[in-house]
Amino acid sequence: METDAVFFTDHSGRITSNPLLDQLPSYQSLLYRRKSSVSGPKRRSSSRGRLGSSSSGKWNMSTFTRPFEKQKSQVTEQQPIRELAKPMAEKRRDKTQRLEEAQELTNWRQWRQSSHRYLRRLRDDAQEWLSSMKLWRGDIHLIEGMFGTGILSYFSFLRFLVVLNLIIFLIKFSFVMLPIIIAPYASGNITYNLNDAGVCSVYPSSARRGLVIFHEHITDLLSGGGFLEQTYLFYGYYKVDKIHFTNVTYNLALAYLLSTIAYLFLSLIWIVKRSARGFKRNLVQDEDRFQSFCNKIFAGWDFCITNENAARLKRSSLLYELKTDLEEERIKQKIADRTRKEKCRIYLIRLILNLFVIGVLAACFYSIYVATIFSQEAQMTKIKVNFIVDLIYEYLPSIVITLANFITPLLFSVIINYEDYSPAFEIRFTLMRCVFMRLTSIGVLLFSLWSQITNCEEEPCICGYNHLLYSCWETRVGQEMYKLTIFDFITIVAVTIFVEFPRKLIVKHCDCGLAKWWGQQEFAIPQNVLEIVYGQTICWIGTFYCPMLPAICTIKYFFIFYIKKVSLINNCRPATRPFRASSSNFFFLGVLLIGLALACLPVTVSVAQINCSHACGPFVNFNTSWEVLPTTVSQLPSGAQTLLFALSSEAFAVSFFVVTCLAMFYVIALAGAHKRVINQLRDQLAMEGRDKRFLIQKLCQAQRLSPVRSPVSKSKPRSPSYHTSFSSNFSEGVFLAHSPPDSSTHV
Amino acid sequence: MGTTASQLGKDLLSEYQELTFLTKQEILLAHKRFSELLSKDERNLPNTRVSMERILTLPELKSNPFRERICHVFSTSDQKNGSLSFEDFLDLLSAFSDSATLEIKSHYAFRIFDFDDDGTLDCGDLEKLVNCLTGETDDTRLTTDEMRQLINNILEESDIDKDGTVNLSEFQHVISRSPDFVSSFKIVL
Repeated sequence: METDAVFFTDHSGRITSNPLLDQLPSYQSLLYRRKSSVSGPKRRSSSRGRLGSSSSGKWNMSTFTRPFEKQKSQVTEQQPIRELAKPMAEKRRDKTQRLEEAQELTNWRQWRQSSHRYLRRLRDDAQEWLSSMKLWRGDIHLIEGMFGTGILSYFSFLRFLVVLNLIIFLIKFSFVMLPIIIAPYASGNITYNLNDAGVCSVYPSSARRGLVIFHEHITDLLSGGGFLEQTYLFYGYYKVDKIHFTNVTYNLALAYLLSTIAYLFLSLIWIVKRSARGFKRNLVQDEDRFQSFCNKIFAGWDFCITNENAARLKRSSLLYELKTDLEEERIKQKIADRTRKEKCRIYLIRLILNLFVIGVLAACFYSIYVATIFSQEAQMTKIKVNFIVDLIYEYLPSIVITLANFITPLLFSVIINYEDYSPAFEIRFTLMRCVFMRLTSIGVLLFSLWSQITNCEEEPCICGYNHLLYSCWETRVGQEMYKLTIFDFITIVAVTIFVEFPRKLIVKHCDCGLAKWWGQQEFAIPQNVLEIVYGQTICWIGTFYCPMLPAICTIKYFFIFYIKKVSLINNCRPATRPFRASSSNFFFLGVLLIGLALACLPVTVSVAQINCSHACGPFVNFNTSWEVLPTTVSQLPSGAQTLLFALSSEAFAVSFFVVTCLAMFYVIALAGAHKRVINQLRDQLAMEGRDKRFLIQKLCQAQRLSPVRSPVSKSKPRSPSYHTSFSSNFSEGVFLAHSPPDSSTHV
Repeated sequence: MGTTASQLGKDLLSEYQELTFLTKQEILLAHKRFSELLSKDERNLPNTRVSMERILTLPELKSNPFRERICHVFSTSDQKNGSLSFEDFLDLLSAFSDSATLEIKSHYAFRIFDFDDDGTLDCGDLEKLVNCLTGETDDTRLTTDEMRQLINNILEESDIDKDGTVNLSEFQHVISRSPDFVSSFKIVL
């Protein structure tokens, strides 16, 4: 008696059958489908036997199989063989069968099939080659084996940022720096920006003169001043206006502006494309729960884990997660049962705590503002106290920002305990607060810088900015961004070396209570991701003022990868609360998008609103950087001009907006309709199952009343595999499955 | 046809490429790792089967709580002892590879989770599944109440026709909406 993957014998060991059940069309289609594609290896030997015994049924199976097989061969023709769930030997047989069938086809179809196969193989080879070129494949595979897919997503995110920064740098380099560099070799004639000797175009040189002490070089390197100021690193050095090659004139100012817009746009498109996959899956999930139990259980185990230790940790974290989620269900129930008085009390507490949080944030922003102003004034007065103190004054805004970003998450995680939300919401809310804190601190820094720059002694400013203190203000902003980047990198390295390694040593060798309470370092993914996104936001803002900043960021992230990897493998254990890979991808890219949006804002404001400095940079001849575009457009032929004016007119913009809104509403309505249909079908399916069971029950009762029918089932013993499952309420004529369920419809 | 001596022939290699989701490098690596499991004289025999105990010494399977089920599901041996031939091994890697379709993965996942091989996931299967995930010792299991609550939740989410079990289509339906499945159901040598 064989056991079959889907069908099974009843528990008494008797082989019974019901001819009625075998005649059901749903059952027939199940047989056909199992025979053609969705089957297991055990069937291999049984398929012949099945075909033979099927003919003993009331309906001749063979009359069914032939049309089904024909249909099957036409259906599975489209599906490549490797997508069938069969063992190798069966797939090989299918392939030879298909080749034989292919011989019968016309030449055209044969050629089409073989060309499809060839193209598919080509595509596979290309993908294989591309994936072998991926950076750090071996390292990421190792991390995946040790820690699972949650932490893996952090490292692949880091890899994505390295590549993104490299591409941004290549864009800037090839459109802005390369023409300047190759101009002498390609017989290009460079015209520089005119220095009209007005009061606004005075640019005192900041190069150090005389004997320069060594540590001043280091100060310059770390702060971007001194010898670094008049280099390609900063905006101020690009004094070229146009380059005249033999046939064409290259407008460098226009290229500078357009490359800025291009890299912001490219980043947006790339991030959206990368997150589209995860977003689609999140949309399809119509659960309004933060976690789904099925997802946790069926997709809970990372099959890529190879380390025994990691497996044990994964098990304990899964246990913890399941217990927490079940606990949360109970808490939800408790929340729903809250009385009115309790609700008021909780809302009051939440209001107070939120006000407290806003107060803390305001205090942090004010301290950043004060630190920036103090730092700028200290740099202006140029009184050198001491090497170290000077450096501290230079880096004061960065230090304050880093301290604020260190203290506030701790504070938030303490506060959230009193606000009595569900655990899932707690995590999300704390994260959102931290994201807001991190990204807004950059905005506050820039705002305080700008308030300094546009603050003149006599209002309004002659040149639109404070030309006495900031003759080339873009370079100053670029220097601040450069300092932020360097300090960020130094902080990460210092924390890893001076905090994490000693912590591991202390916890490993010292047995005191403090060590036990502190515990081993956990790799907190959200905080690490916020760190990187913060650095990337600075890079996006700073590239306009410091065109080589993307290259610096590429190198920085390159080193951070190795530092984090070493620290992870040696010091850390995985987090007790696991971070899901899918939701993490969405979270990373979502935060990155927020960072991009925030980065676009200052760049847009400074390009369009603030007067560019008249002493340096490619936009000397214009009032604002944006003016390059209208000037160039007015020099285009009139046809192109009319087209561009039409595209940027209000009529076009409004109608475009209206059409987009209509499309969006249509898609939303469609999605809602689909959801309703799914629910209806679900209910219908359950109802059909009940109907079927009821009818079969009636039929069997009718059968039992007529004694003629009963010997039929005994005289034709079938192969045991033809049994569907039904409830235990039925007696002999029908045969049973597992006891609890009442009906089953094998689809 | 089966495993040839020490090297794979070129047409065999391209046939495997066509019948599985593995790339050429992956097939060669699999062949190398599989041959390491065989003893010297076994290597020259075609169609050798490696016993389950030896397969389970592979680091990719050693720490996996479903390792025995995986071997049973992919094994085509007549004695049902979980031994794998090289082609079974390739089938295993193909189903777990990066480029396998969701349908293949969910089909094999269903068979792996079906501990009693009856074609549906009932409460017993689900309980064994959860215990595999959390650990086998007493202090790592869920309490009976928690287990019951969990199984009720799972059935509520996935059992469409309300028969108390999850059959293959219901399983595939719930997996298609599970965002983590594809990334977690992966074994790369």
